[in-house]
Amino acid sequence: MPTKVHVQMRLNGEEVDFLCEPRQSVLEVLRDVLGLTGSKEGCNNGNCGACSVILDGVLVNSCCVLGVETSGREVTTIEGIASPDGLHPLQQKFLEHAALQCGICTPGFIVAAKALLDKNPHPTEHQVRYWLAGNLCRCTGYDKIIRAVLDAAQTTEAKA
Amino acid sequence: MAESATYKVIGTRPIRHDGVDKVTGRAIYGADVQMAGLLHGKVLRSPHAHARIRSIDVSRALALPGVKAVVTSADLPPAEDRTIQLGEGGVNLKYLSHNILAGDKVLYKGHPIAAVAATSPHLAEEALALIQVEYEVLPPVLDVREAMQDDAPLLHDNLKTTSLGQDTDKQSNIATHTQFKVGDVEKGFAKADIVIEREFTTATVHQGYIEPHNATAMWNPDGQLTIWESTQGAFTVQRQLAPVLGIPVAQIRVIPAEIGGGFGGKINLYLEPIAAVLSKKTGHPVKVLMNRAEVFESTGPTPGSYIRVKMGATKDGRLIAAQAYMAYEAGGYPGSPIGAGMMCIFTPYDIPNVLIDGFDVVVNKPKTAPYRAPGATNAAFAAETVVDELGEKLGLDPLQFRLRNAAKEGMRRPDGPTHPRIGYLETVQAALNSDHYRTPLEGPNVGRGVASGYWFNVGLQSSVSINVNADGSVTLVEGSTDIGGTRASIAMQAAEVLGLKAEEVRPIVADTAGVGYNDVTGGSRTTFASGYAAIEAAHDVLRQMTERAARIWKIEPQDVSFGDGVFRNAKEPDQRLTFKDVAAQLGRTGGPLTGRATVAPRGVGGAFATHIVDLQVDPETGKVTILRYTAVQDVGKAIHPSYVEGQMQGGAVQGIGWALNEEYFYTDKGVMANASFLDYRMPTSLDLPMIDTILVEVPNPGHPFGVRGVGEVPIVPPVAAIANAIYRAVGVRMCHSPMSPGLVMTEILAKG
Repeated sequence: MPTKVHVQMRLNGEEVDFLCEPRQSVLEVLRDVLGLTGSKEGCNNGNCGACSVILDGVLVNSCCVLGVETSGREVTTIEGIASPDGLHPLQQKFLEHAALQCGICTPGFIVAAKALLDKNPHPTEHQVRYWLAGNLCRCTGYDKIIRAVLDAAQTTEAKA
Repeated sequence: MAESATYKVIGTRPIRHDGVDKVTGRAIYGADVQMAGLLHGKVLRSPHAHARIRSIDVSRALALPGVKAVVTSADLPPAEDRTIQLGEGGVNLKYLSHNILAGDKVLYKGHPIAAVAATSPHLAEEALALIQVEYEVLPPVLDVREAMQDDAPLLHDNLKTTSLGQDTDKQSNIATHTQFKVGDVEKGFAKADIVIEREFTTATVHQGYIEPHNATAMWNPDGQLTIWESTQGAFTVQRQLAPVLGIPVAQIRVIPAEIGGGFGGKINLYLEPIAAVLSKKTGHPVKVLMNRAEVFESTGPTPGSYIRVKMGATKDGRLIAAQAYMAYEAGGYPGSPIGAGMMCIFTPYDIPNVLIDGFDVVVNKPKTAPYRAPGATNAAFAAETVVDELGEKLGLDPLQFRLRNAAKEGMRRPDGPTHPRIGYLETVQAALNSDHYRTPLEGPNVGRGVASGYWFNVGLQSSVSINVNADGSVTLVEGSTDIGGTRASIAMQAAEVLGLKAEEVRPIVADTAGVGYNDVTGGSRTTFASGYAAIEAAHDVLRQMTERAARIWKIEPQDVSFGDGVFRNAKEPDQRLTFKDVAAQLGRTGGPLTGRATVAPRGVGGAFATHIVDLQVDPETGKVTILRYTAVQDVGKAIHPSYVEGQMQGGAVQGIGWALNEEYFYTDKGVMANASFLDYRMPTSLDLPMIDTILVEVPNPGHPFGVRGVGEVPIVPPVAAIANAIYRAVGVRMCHSPMSPGLVMTEILAKG
C-alpha cells in the first residue's frame, strides 16, 4: 500500500507536484520535501507565526494545515516575496529599520505583513499591531517591526 | 583613550551584512541543515519530576522497522565528578552529563532518558512510545524555600552544602551559601531614621527564543565528529563535548548555523552529545530537533526566587544600610545565577553598610540556564521596590532619591571591585530631563514607575582575522555567533580603523576550525570584546600595509603615515597611496596579507539603565496595560545605534513579559501545565506601545571606541519599574512577579 499521496499545487507562482505522507503538514512539506526552509518551526501548534504562509490569499500557519490540503491551491512563502527586480518594500524596510535581530521570526512577519498590506494598504499602527499579534518576536520588542511595516505601506502607496 | 572624536563609520546605521539572507528566508539556521542519508532523532523524557530509574527496556523500539539505534546514558562515557571552566562559569561534568541523559535518577519532568534515531521524525516519535521505563516515583520539591527545609525530599544523595567557602557534612538541597559584607549592617540600621523590609518571590520564567534547540551530528569511523547547530558559542560546545564524549577537542568541529535567539539559553549542551552518539551507532548523520514543549520543560529556564530585602535611610535621604537574603532555584543540578544576583542587587548605590547572603538551591525543575543579565532582574525587583518605598516615605522624587545615592567612579562595589568610569548618574539625569518624565500623567488608575538596574560586562576571549582582498575590500573572520547584528557592529569597528566603508568589510562567522578561540556570545561581550579583536586585527593590517607602502617607496616604515584611508610618504608629501592602491600590489610586495588579533580584554565597563513606565490598571480585572515606556541606558559608545536601541527595546519587553504574564505553572506532581506559547504568555505586538530609548554615551575607558556591552542590562529594571507604577496607580505594593491580573486584583481587594 503506498504511504504517500501525490499533490499538485502552485507554489510562489510555479506549478509543483510532490509526494507527501497524509500526516505531514504544509510546513514539513515545504521544509523537508521541497527544500524551502525559509518558513520556520517555532511551536508547531499555531501560536508563534514563524511558519506563516499565504494560502489562496489567506494568511495561515503552515504547521496547522496538512500538505494534502494544498492540492489545487496556491501557496506563497517567504521565498516568493522578493521579485527578480529586487526586494519587496517590506523586506527593504525591515533592513532599513533594523527590524530584525536573530531573524528567525522575520520570514513569518514579512509574509504576515504582506498579507495585511494586500488586504489593507493603509493600516494604522493599531491595525498593524492587531494583525501581527499572531507572530511572536522575542528579540525586538516589536517597535522597529511596526515602524518598518508602516513605512513599507507608505512606500508601496507612493509607488502605486 | 578614544582614537578619534569624530567617526566616519561608528555611530552610523548601515544595513547589516547578513540582512538580505534573513529577510528572504535564505539564512540557514540549525534546523535547516540537510544532508544525504540523514536520520532523525527524538528524545524520550521523564514524565515524572522526581524518580529513580529501575530499568529501561529498548528492545521493542529497536524492533520497529526504520529505527536504526537507541541510546541511553550507558552510551556516554562514565561522567567524571569535576568542574571545567567555560568562561562565564564552571560546569560540573557529572551534572552536565546526567542532565543530557539521566543516570539512575530523573530530577525534573522532561529529563532526557533515552533517544532514538530513525528514518523519519514521525517514526522516531512512534519508537519512543515503545521504550519501557520502570520508575520508582519520589516526591518532588518545587519551591526554593520548601527545598531548603531539613525534611525536604533530597534530589542528590551526595550533595553537601558549601557554606562561606567551607565544605560541610550537611546533606541538603542547598548547594552553596555565600556572603558579601561591607561595614556593619546592624550599626547602620541603628542609625537609620527609616527602615523598610519586604519579602519578594518570582516565578520561573523562560528565555523564550522562538527557535527550538537543534543539533545535527556526523561521527565518522575515524573518530572525527562534526556538529551543525544553533549555539551561542561553537567553541564552548566543542570544549564541553570533548570530556562528555571522552574524545580530544581537535576531533570535534562545531559549525555554527544562524541562531534564532538565545538570551543565555543556548550555551549549555542538550542535544549535541545525543546526536553524536546516535550518529556513532548508526554511521549516519543524525538531526535532533526539540519541539516547543521540550524547550519549556527541558531547557532554560531562569530561576524562581525568594528574596528578602531590608534597607535603611536617614532623614536627609541617604541610604545607610542594606541587607538581602536571596535564595535562587538552580533546577535539578546546582548552578543558579545567585552569585550574579548578589553582585548586582545593591550595586547602583553608595551604601556604607551592606550584608548579602545568597543560597543556590536544587529543586525538581529543569536545570536553569543563563537568561539575559542572569539573576539581576530578580534582585532589582526586590531592591528597587524597597528603594522606591524609602523615597516615597522620605517625600523625595524617586529619581532624585536615586541621584542622591548613586554609585560613582572610584566607589567600591559590595562584592569588592571598585567602579571604573560608569554612567549611572547620567542615566538618572537623562530620565529626569526626558520628555516622558516631564509630561504629567493623568487619568484614573494610572501610575508612573521608575527603576534602575546594573549588569556587569565580561571580556573573556576573542579572535579575529582580516584578509585583505586585491581590490582593497577586506574579509573579516570572527567566531562570535551573531544573534542580533554583531557581524555589523564588529565589521564597523574594523572599517573605522581601516578607513573603509562598513560595506567594504565582509564579516564571516567561522566554525571552530576556521578562526581562533572565541568565548560565547553572552555577557554583553561581543561588540566589546570581538570588536576589540577586530580593532586590533585592523591595526595589524595597517602595520603590515604600512610596511608594504614603505617597500613600494623604498623608505622605512616609520616614514609612512596613514589617515583617511591614505598612506603618505613623510619624506615626499606628494607621494600617496590609497588603501586600495597598496592592496592591489600585495602580490608584488610580499604576498597575501592577513591581520590577526587574539584578545582577552580586561577593561570592561559596567552597564546601568534607568527605565520609566506609565501604565493603567483595570480596577475590575487587575489587568495592567502599558501606556508609555522609556528605556534610558549608558551604552558607552553606540557602534550601530539602531541595534543598540533594538537591544534596549527587546530587553525592556522581555522584562514587561516577566513582570506581567510569564510564569511556569506546576501541578503538585511537578508537571508544567503551560508548556506552549499559547499558555506561557509572552508579549505580543498588541500588548505594547512603542518603546522609546534614550542612549546616554559615557565612553568606557577600557575600549578604544568606548564600547560598553548593551545587551543584558535592559531586562533588569522593568519588573521593578512596573511594580512601582502599579503602586502609584492603585496603591498596592506588588511583591510577587508576575503581577498577573488575578494577583493584582487580590492585592486591590485586600487593600479594600
